Amino acid sequence: MMDRMVAPGPDIKPLLCVRGLRKTVPGGRVLFTGLELAVARGEFVAIMGESGAGKSTLLNLIAGLDAADAGEISIQGHAVEKLDDDGRTELRRRTLGCVFQAFHLLPHLNLAQNVALPLALQDSAGSAALEKAGRMLADVGLQDRDHDYPRDLSGGELQRVAIARALVHGPSIILADEPTGNLDPETAERILELFSSRVRRSGASVVLVTHSPIAAAVAGRKYLLRTSGLIAA
Amino acid sequence: MNRTVLNWIGTAELRAHPGRILLTASAIAIGVGLGFAVHLVNASALNEFSRGVQAVNGDADLQVHSVTPRGFDENLYPKLARVAGIADASPVIELAAQSGDVPITLLGIDFFRAATVTPVLLGRLALNSSAADSLSGTDGLSPDSIFLSRTALAALHKGTGDRIEVESGGKHALLEIAGTLPGVSGDENLAVADIAAAQWRLGTQGFIQRVDLKLADGADLGRVRAGVQSVLSPDAEIVTRQNAETRAGTLSRAYRINLDMLALMALLTGAFLAYSAQALSVARRHGQFALMRVLGMRRQSVLTEVLFEGAAIGIAGGAAGVFLGWGLAAAALRLLGGDLGGGYFSGTRPELVFDPAAAVRFFVLGLFCAVAGSVLPARAAARAEPAIAIKQVGDPADPRKRPGAVLPLVLLLAGGAAALAPPINDLPLFGYLSIALLLAGGIAAMPLIARVLLAPFRALRLPAPVDLALKHLWGAPGQAAIALCGMVASTSLMIAMAVMIWSFRNSVDAWLVQVLPSDIYLRVDSGDGDALTLEAQQRLREIRGIAEIRFRKNMPLWLSPERPAVDWMATQMNGHDPSGILPLIGKTVAVPAGAIPVWISEPAHWIYGYTPGQWISVPLAVQKRGQARKFFIAGEWRDYGRQQGAIAMDLGDYTALTGDQLRTDAAIDLAPGADEARVMADVRAALPPATSRNVTIADSRAIRAVSLRIFDRSFAVTYLLEGIAILVGLAGVAATFSSQTLARSKEFGMLRHVGVMRRQIIAMLAAEGALLGIVGVAAGIGLGLAISQVLIQVINPQSFHWTMDIRLPLPLFVFVAVALIAASAGTALIAGRKAVSRESILAVREDW
Repeated sequence: MMDRMVAPGPDIKPLLCVRGLRKTVPGGRVLFTGLELAVARGEFVAIMGESGAGKSTLLNLIAGLDAADAGEISIQGHAVEKLDDDGRTELRRRTLGCVFQAFHLLPHLNLAQNVALPLALQDSAGSAALEKAGRMLADVGLQDRDHDYPRDLSGGELQRVAIARALVHGPSIILADEPTGNLDPETAERILELFSSRVRRSGASVVLVTHSPIAAAVAGRKYLLRTSGLIAA
Repeated sequence: MNRTVLNWIGTAELRAHPGRILLTASAIAIGVGLGFAVHLVNASALNEFSRGVQAVNGDADLQVHSVTPRGFDENLYPKLARVAGIADASPVIELAAQSGDVPITLLGIDFFRAATVTPVLLGRLALNSSAADSLSGTDGLSPDSIFLSRTALAALHKGTGDRIEVESGGKHALLEIAGTLPGVSGDENLAVADIAAAQWRLGTQGFIQRVDLKLADGADLGRVRAGVQSVLSPDAEIVTRQNAETRAGTLSRAYRINLDMLALMALLTGAFLAYSAQALSVARRHGQFALMRVLGMRRQSVLTEVLFEGAAIGIAGGAAGVFLGWGLAAAALRLLGGDLGGGYFSGTRPELVFDPAAAVRFFVLGLFCAVAGSVLPARAAARAEPAIAIKQVGDPADPRKRPGAVLPLVLLLAGGAAALAPPINDLPLFGYLSIALLLAGGIAAMPLIARVLLAPFRALRLPAPVDLALKHLWGAPGQAAIALCGMVASTSLMIAMAVMIWSFRNSVDAWLVQVLPSDIYLRVDSGDGDALTLEAQQRLREIRGIAEIRFRKNMPLWLSPERPAVDWMATQMNGHDPSGILPLIGKTVAVPAGAIPVWISEPAHWIYGYTPGQWISVPLAVQKRGQARKFFIAGEWRDYGRQQGAIAMDLGDYTALTGDQLRTDAAIDLAPGADEARVMADVRAALPPATSRNVTIADSRAIRAVSLRIFDRSFAVTYLLEGIAILVGLAGVAATFSSQTLARSKEFGMLRHVGVMRRQIIAMLAAEGALLGIVGVAAGIGLGLAISQVLIQVINPQSFHWTMDIRLPLPLFVFVAVALIAASAGTALIAGRKAVSRESILAVREDW
């Protein structure tokens, strides 16, 4: 049991706590069962696994976008599975930031608006949100590009915008799903460096899922996802 | 929902697809515009008519009116004046007259009585008239004096002090224009004279057409009515101003409401187009909404976002529609008149009256349609699971998924059931509900219909592009349904209207042949008084070239204060057998011994509930004891000419009952070899000059041609509305194809990567368009045929009280099918060229 114990560091109580999680997919295949994970404030955790192992599904479960067959997930003491849809949405809005492999920027909003979306969703005034978004863009190396549109950007630049968006509202936890999966190795390296430095500066915890050992190397703790749960790598 | 996000996302979508938004808003605007225009024209025409009625009636509290133009015994007047609760009574003769070629309503009133009962009918003396001179003495008003409304003065090009010849019922009187009628508003050609002088000069002594009544202060209207009713003879009835307006309104009501409904159908097409556009927009943005959900947007906010976009379209479309409607109404009043070509208010040029309340109603209706069209897409967007939706774009194709059949079946069955329901307040409201349900059911069934219609193609060996197109449509029939719903709605409505109009036109044509068996027809046009005397009838019989002439007496007869008069037709029948002259329908009942048979028209059956075999009491030739005469209904006949109803009887019976020898119509059979034009000229020459001017003489071919021309003119607006609905539908198909094609650029990029040539992709899209067109046309025509049955079997009988034989305009079907399939393939092809012109590499990299 202890070899599967995925506890936070020696530090305090965990920010994210996953206990006994089980998930099957339609057809009955078990993705994982008895999965345990605890992430403390400021920790950077990487989860690796093969394609189809359930890495993205685990992130979806943490984000409250999917429902587990069994187990508990709590974020800042809130049991995710006990919240209704609005409650889970509120939790995501305030507590989580997401970075995706495919960037997922809205093509009809300019870069500042894309980055400011999480602030706007929290009822921040539009001008204040855009101002802060501009600062975030500058922080990820895209100063004076506020009014550009996603179609004007390269893949690496798009992911910088996505990172800015994930951090702009000061979330406690960042969920990152293959953030370098669509990038060439050189760009991927630069993005990882940027990502880890900005996240560490913000003090947020990170759960990063990837099949890339290079990407996982930036994490403080690394795990492999198996059907039986998480194994320290 | 946060206003900033709503604003950013909503306005970004509006900015990104202005063409699509504009088109959808235009569809709503056209629907609102047409509906509002038809409403404004109808309201303006009715307002004008109401003013006319008010002018003639003089605003009396209550009226007793004759049920025949001849009038009732003037001895009824003192009886009415004595009824408890009546403060004063004013006897009136009301005659259809004319001066030169100008038709005039001539009222003969007792000026002293009218001063208290209907003061608006009092004239103002002109100082230059001799009547004014005589008034300065002790003689009172001259019997030669007449007062004219300003409209009549202008029509006659006369001024006060001038003399005019007034003619009514074949009698003439030379009268001096003593002044005007300042209390009379509206465009009515009205003349007012002293009642005794008018009776004497125009030979109507002993009869009056109405008595205007003024109620005593505090009198109970119900009691007064009962008192009045108790002294009435059967040839008189109580009429209120509302009754008089209702009578005219009733005649045109069905036509007006049908136009309203047709305009609203255009709006319904707009709503389907809004649905189609919004559904596509949502399908294209599934991933975006999923992202917003991941970032913390609530389901409710996604729903609000899409409804907000729909509302924005509705506000723009509704506002533009109100302005469009105002402009259309102004143009229609100028070009087509107040009845939009229907012939109900002929001769009037009403003033356009803006109705702010109606403007708001139609604006809200447009907004409602746009929002209603957005509800399903909004729900789909809100319900999508973000974790799944964020990974895929648009409508996921799943060839294994079978489209649902329950909802369409329920809607279609409900539509069928609604068609069986009776009218409400004489209006086929359930009939229209049936059409709406059938439309909704048909459109809901589109995915299923697409699968059924595409199934035979799957067995064929098809070229690769066509095969790809087929597989795409087979896998995503929902997309086909979205693309086609606007087109199917407009096509089915057009087909339904075309089948109804074609059937109607053919039935009218066949009916005209049946009711016009003679060579030449003659009709006295002006009022009942002017008619063919015995002497005139004899002169006509003696004309060379006439083999046979059959006379007829036509007169209006009021059977209900709420309804227009029926046309009472006394016509020569061969031994009580009308089969040669009336197109009989249904069973003919044996006439009991001693009974006087009559034959009712189909509208009379529907309006008054009369059926063959029934006895009816009619105030024709009132019996000595003051009782209405009883007649036996021997049969029913089809009549498209008199929407208010008609009742035919044998001319011999009529003459025996009434002693009336005057005739209003004649049908002439020519002798072999007779010159038709010459006979027509001889007929006119044989008539007294006054009657000759009032007579219309035409050969049956000309009557038929004119009748069909009037028919086509009546439906001209209908054709216009249909055409617009089709254009809206086609525009919807174009917009939908364009959006769907652009949304699939990633797929095209992939196909280009695997070696599919550009022209093959274009061919694939053209094939998809053509296949969609085939599905749309088949569904549209099938649904249209079903709706046409509701129009023919439910709407027409319940609105206009006539039936018709069904005829299918097959060449039109072929034309519509070819045009729509070509248009579908063409628009798909154009959209495809645009889509594949983009860099395929870029397309594959696209995230959205």
